[in-house]
Amino acid sequence: MQKNKMYDKEKVLAGLTIFVIIVTFPFWYNMGKAAPAPEIKLSDKAKAAKVCVAPKSFMTAEHMQILDVWRESVVRNKKRLYSSLDGKNYNMSLSTGEDSCIGCHVSKADFCDRCHTYASVRPYCWDCHIEPKENK
Amino acid sequence: MKNSRRSFLKISGLSALSLSSLSIGNVLASSAGVTNTSPIGDASVKPEALQAKKWAMVVDVKKLAENKRYEACIEICHKIHNVPNMPNKRHEVKWIWEDEFKHVFPGQEHEHIPDEFKEIPFLVLCNHCENPSCVQACPTKATFKRDDGIVLMDFHRCIGCRFCMAACPYGSRSFNFFDPRPFIEEVNPEFPTRMKGVVEKCNFCAERLAKGQQPACVEVSEGALIFGDLGDHESEVSQILKKRFAIRRKPNLGSGPQIYYLV
Repeated sequence: MQKNKMYDKEKVLAGLTIFVIIVTFPFWYNMGKAAPAPEIKLSDKAKAAKVCVAPKSFMTAEHMQILDVWRESVVRNKKRLYSSLDGKNYNMSLSTGEDSCIGCHVSKADFCDRCHTYASVRPYCWDCHIEPKENK
Repeated sequence: MKNSRRSFLKISGLSALSLSSLSIGNVLASSAGVTNTSPIGDASVKPEALQAKKWAMVVDVKKLAENKRYEACIEICHKIHNVPNMPNKRHEVKWIWEDEFKHVFPGQEHEHIPDEFKEIPFLVLCNHCENPSCVQACPTKATFKRDDGIVLMDFHRCIGCRFCMAACPYGSRSFNFFDPRPFIEEVNPEFPTRMKGVVEKCNFCAERLAKGQQPACVEVSEGALIFGDLGDHESEVSQILKKRFAIRRKPNLGSGPQIYYLV
């Protein structure tokens, strides 16, 4: 069997090196510069309440699903009363004052925006729903 | 190493087998351990909510003409629902408004109608039809009919195609050609606004019924608007309609409007 021979060895290797450098550029360029994950600032009221409508881990990951399920339930099925698994009752509403999500999470900037800006997601909730009045 | 076709086929067959057994194993393992671990609670209807089989409204036209509460009705409705006041009439957004007899009941006017009917304004709003054509026209099911008869909109789902506006024989629907926020004088934080490109209309105060309150226009009408359950024979609206003659808008279309006008 003839020994394998690589043609244009120098050019191929040089091209490969350049290719690898370009592809991995974003990784090594941004190395060590990762922004720390944002800390949510809970309002005093939310801190005092200790529990949300579902466990914290679930709310962190799935709050958008909860909002979607609640919308369906409130708008279509007239069901506006939520009983959490620990037996508490809540008014199912995002933005209708004291008795809603923003009753506890009083600051959009400290609560919603911190993660959303970090993750570069732009939910359009507040195009229609009225934002909580920030306590300036 | 010398590769033959035979050994290549053996190796690939074995890898395919092991990979598939791995994934089957995963599925089995996950289905075996499944228990209902949903951390979401239950939703239910609030005990204080007003419930009905078929909501309807009776408009006592003469009483309304006497106490002149039209504007109060319109104002309170538009205020609590954040209905924008558009400067250009062509972009007007309205949930409840007033109009003349000849426009409200086209085909029923004639020259011998008593003068009072020619002059007095009639309050018109979404008729919450039994067979709503808007619901049939809506391609996204953003407009739907609730089991209590209220024709409601899920603004989240409206794509602004305006088929419903074309379908509605009463002109009860308005389109937001612009962002309505700058045109709302005083925003009511208890109710969302709409956004540009969304259709809106009267919701029979579904959000107030849920709290056990009557619709806002009924509350301020000083008895000229009566709201109730036509599925209940003892209700006030049923009793009134049994005793007094009422007309409906464009009944020949078969849409079954649920706003009754006492004349």
